[in-house]
Amino acid sequence: MKTAVIVFPGSNCDRDMAVAFEAAGCDVEMVWHKDTALPQGIDMVGVPGGFSFGDYLRCGAIAANSPICRAVVAHAEAGGYVLGVCNGFQVLAETGLLPGALLRNAGIKYICRTVGLRVEGESVYTQGYKAGEEIALPIAHHDGNYFADAATLDTLEAENRVAFRYTDNPNGSARDIAGILSPNRRVLGMMPHPERAADAAHGNTDGARLFAHLTGVLQGA
Amino acid sequence: MKARVHVMLKQGVLDPQGEAVRHALGSLGFDGVEGVRQGKVIELDLADGTSEATVGEMCEKLLANTVIESYRIEML
Repeated sequence: MKTAVIVFPGSNCDRDMAVAFEAAGCDVEMVWHKDTALPQGIDMVGVPGGFSFGDYLRCGAIAANSPICRAVVAHAEAGGYVLGVCNGFQVLAETGLLPGALLRNAGIKYICRTVGLRVEGESVYTQGYKAGEEIALPIAHHDGNYFADAATLDTLEAENRVAFRYTDNPNGSARDIAGILSPNRRVLGMMPHPERAADAAHGNTDGARLFAHLTGVLQGA
Repeated sequence: MKARVHVMLKQGVLDPQGEAVRHALGSLGFDGVEGVRQGKVIELDLADGTSEATVGEMCEKLLANTVIESYRIEML
């Protein structure tokens, strides 16, 4: 499977994300934000965590309007897969590929710790988990408080598009939402970091299973 | 010419920073501050003849996230 990981000025989880994709058997190309097109034949785009453009204006806002993001949106609209983690989720929300927005954490503080999550919505990303399984992944964010209006939240739940929910809400997110899927279930945005729990040396491999099943799924497609 | 854009979180969207400021004012002895909302002001230096509609487009596309924020434009 061919994967592109986007690099913005201020991205800091791009290499970790690339390592997690590679460990799962993907070919990874790093793509700079000023590029206007994705490499040929890309199946999956990873939008990594970090502080793109210093979080200026709003987290993810400048990145969402960068040249490469137009190509990422076109890729998603053509049915391509996109995984956005942390700042990557904020970027995807700013592009409108995913509904809602990420507000400042309800407790104001930056939170960096491992949290419990319940796996829900069905997707290629959650295939490696049992429905309803509880896992643990690290979070590290200041603006992870998921917000959307009630109608949008109802739609997400009715369509089973909540991929991950916090078991003990750390940041005030509406309905404990930690990650959501696009209507075609191919775009996933999530605040927790699966790539930081993807190797035995990390002390936790719950995140590895998110990546492990991608190659099989996409090669079978 | 200049334009000033005021961006605020919409009513009903939690503003924890405003809430922290309200607490701080209370602990400084300013009683009776019942609510604080914090926003931002963006000043634009514009070529003469730039229309308010163009500034509106800037707000919609970048300066505000209309999912959570409202904006008000002042042409100066």
